[in-house]
Amino acid sequence: MSGAGDREAVFPTRQSLGAMKNKLKGAETGHSLLKRKSEALTKYRAEITRRIDEAKRKMGRVMQIAAFSLAEVTYAVGGDIGYQIQESAKQARFRVRTKQENVSGVFLPQFESYTTEGNNDFGLTGLGKGGQQVQRCRETYTRAVETLVELASLQTAFVTLDEVIKVVNRRVNAIEHVIIPRTENTIKYINSELDELDREEFYRLKKVKSNKQRDNNAAEQEEKASKRRGSDKENADDPGATDILGEQEDQDVIF
Amino acid sequence: MAAPPSAYKDRHFLAVIGDEDSVTGLLLAGIGHVTPPPDAQKNFLVVDAKTENSTIEQAFDNFTQKRKDIAIVLINQHIAEKIRGRVDTYTEAFPAVLEIPSKDHPYDPEKDSVLKRVRRLFGE
Repeated sequence: MSGAGDREAVFPTRQSLGAMKNKLKGAETGHSLLKRKSEALTKYRAEITRRIDEAKRKMGRVMQIAAFSLAEVTYAVGGDIGYQIQESAKQARFRVRTKQENVSGVFLPQFESYTTEGNNDFGLTGLGKGGQQVQRCRETYTRAVETLVELASLQTAFVTLDEVIKVVNRRVNAIEHVIIPRTENTIKYINSELDELDREEFYRLKKVKSNKQRDNNAAEQEEKASKRRGSDKENADDPGATDILGEQEDQDVIF
Repeated sequence: MAAPPSAYKDRHFLAVIGDEDSVTGLLLAGIGHVTPPPDAQKNFLVVDAKTENSTIEQAFDNFTQKRKDIAIVLINQHIAEKIRGRVDTYTEAFPAVLEIPSKDHPYDPEKDSVLKRVRRLFGE
């Protein structure tokens, strides 16, 4: 086993080496894309944060004005109108509609306020006196609520964006610190394993060659030796050559 | 990544949890809505000194979790203080929870749950 650290469970073949190299390339492309996305979103979030801050301040001012105009109403009507208003609220005139805005592939919700015409729950409020103030107060509060809706959509966008940025950053980090090193490890492992195989193969070839040579040499030697021995034998036991010196018994000569 | 359209398609209304003046003013703007009977549900809750915290919590949960037609929940900051735990742990995008100032309690950005997150983001 070579290559410290974890790697993917693959067989060290040239094919999987190619696949791993492709994977590494893909991971690097993805990493740079996600990184850019994360940067764009972070920039946008900073922008939203600034706008939230502004809107919160504006809301403080607007709500103050609205509260003041309500106080005017209370004074003009000469009594508390809260109960009457709470009882007569039936159908919302002021409503919101949600749509989505696409920021670098992230859908951010946005609220859009609209008023439905035709129903007016508070037609009789301030009929006796203070009708004008009531009318003005309604207008002021409508503007205040519009500010609130704007703020709410910024805030929702911020929450959503925050979530998305977290996810994207997590992915960027995962690719950078897990997937790329692991793929590199795997490539290293495959390479070393292939080298090992190459060396083995080379050694085997060498061994085969040397064996062959040795065998050849041996065979040559053998041949030479047998040749030499053959000539000796020729000298040694030629059946035609008789002993002249007469080791054999002479045949008796009979006269 | 984006929320499916079903998560916010039907959200049209605003809900209020606040003191009497805030609620009155916002109702004057026309956000008040009562669902048709038999289960007439109001989208506002008036909180005074006698209101129990459990009632506020219940209303908050009702507006944020049970009802599917509310897009924004407005809550007075001093009331949000009472159920701070609930408000801080609420992180959903829909409905959006917005802390608003009231007549007697000026707005304090230090306590706002969203601004807290903003500040935490910048490591302050």
